[in-house]
Amino acid sequence: MTAVYDDLGDEATSDIPVRRIRFTINGAKKIAEIEPRLLLSHLIRRGVGLTGTHMGCDTTNCGACTVLVDGKPVKSCTMLAVQVDGREVTTVEGLASASELHPLQEGFREEHGLQCGFCTPGMMMAAKGLLDRNPNPTEEDVRWALSGNLCRCTGYQNIVKSVLWAAEKQRARTPGAE
Amino acid sequence: MYPSRFRYEAPRSLDEAIGTLRDGGDYAKILAGGQSLVPMMKLRFASPELIVDINNVPGLDYHRADADGTLRVGALTRHADLEWSPLLKASQPTMAAAAPMIADPLVRNRGTLVGSLCHADPQGDWAAVMISLGASVVAQGPRGRRAIPVADFVTGPFENALEHDEIAVEAVVPPAQGTRAGGYLKLERRVGDFATCGVAVALEISAAGEVIRAGIGLTGVGGATINATQAAAALSGKALTPEAIEAAAELTAQAAQPRTDHRGSAEYKRHMVRTFAARILGAAAPGGTGPATTTERAA
Repeated sequence: MTAVYDDLGDEATSDIPVRRIRFTINGAKKIAEIEPRLLLSHLIRRGVGLTGTHMGCDTTNCGACTVLVDGKPVKSCTMLAVQVDGREVTTVEGLASASELHPLQEGFREEHGLQCGFCTPGMMMAAKGLLDRNPNPTEEDVRWALSGNLCRCTGYQNIVKSVLWAAEKQRARTPGAE
Repeated sequence: MYPSRFRYEAPRSLDEAIGTLRDGGDYAKILAGGQSLVPMMKLRFASPELIVDINNVPGLDYHRADADGTLRVGALTRHADLEWSPLLKASQPTMAAAAPMIADPLVRNRGTLVGSLCHADPQGDWAAVMISLGASVVAQGPRGRRAIPVADFVTGPFENALEHDEIAVEAVVPPAQGTRAGGYLKLERRVGDFATCGVAVALEISAAGEVIRAGIGLTGVGGATINATQAAAALSGKALTPEAIEAAAELTAQAAQPRTDHRGSAEYKRHMVRTFAARILGAAAPGGTGPATTTERAA
């Protein structure tokens, strides 16, 4: 990938450290050549070109940039891209199959879980982390799991409903999950 | 935002990591969870020349109890591991109360207890908890391993006692005499904000109901984590009567050194420290509700 940084004129280009990493994103295997200071969020958006992962605050507060790394939801603005070497990344683009939306995506549609939509990918990925760990969450569990994700539109009410809708749909699909 | 340029090494063993630190010059930083370090680097508050990422070092991701009850937490154990730990729930009420209150759920999936101690932020929750438990940090370097009590490990705001070629590999909580009780209460404006104040109380109680050992640590009400030793000493040898609780809560409030800021007045914070101390001790007393754990959110 190509990343462009400000040239402060204080370093020879040969001194600039570059590393080659291998990682999987939404099931696809990738190799990237990056500077270690590149953030995971930038690798995803600019390097791989998947812009579903949003950059909100860029200061570890808002959770808009949430992705799964080895199945766990993390803030991709607060992880170095070089750290996913050998690891598996899932973004919001990895939720749906070719023919079907993920229950979480359906849930956000059915329960009007978004208004402007900026926080939605992060909300869905944090919710996926919850449902993978706990397929039968209470409302309190959902609120707890999403407490690191900020939404400025909805007041959260319908986001919580959307996740509960998705949980129910998933349970109906996989009997014995409870 | 992105950090200034640095050299990055991801060693596969502790010896290799220590060697890299030893040879790496003055300004090297260990990267474990990175949930404080990476934001500081992005804001250019920190511009290390060398990052030694220990996430690929095997054998640091554990928390376990020895036969004598000593608890060991490895350097790559995430806050979330501790939040969901049956071991902590069964045997470490103060830690179990604090783990779900660290930052937010996403940060808890990356951040580590040992890293939080190393970061030595006066607002950090774990330092108060570990001070209340009389815990230590084990540092490993070219000269071997040494244990440093958390109270001595944190030498100032964002400063710790590690040598430049040492790595904090483990936190160690000594075994309890008697039954453990206690909790952690924290006031914060919203999830992930710095604590307005936090109180950690760790008690060891005899079968007769007397306090064998007490420890009290305070978050966010001073230039460093506060060890309320007088309040803890006042509980020693006593039953948790309403009078003993009130006296200890008052001494805890006196140990706080809060400053008025946008999170509240000094008087308000001191009052909350007194209230939290009394609440945790009351919950631990006979007829109490058990380990106290909730985050209170101010409007």
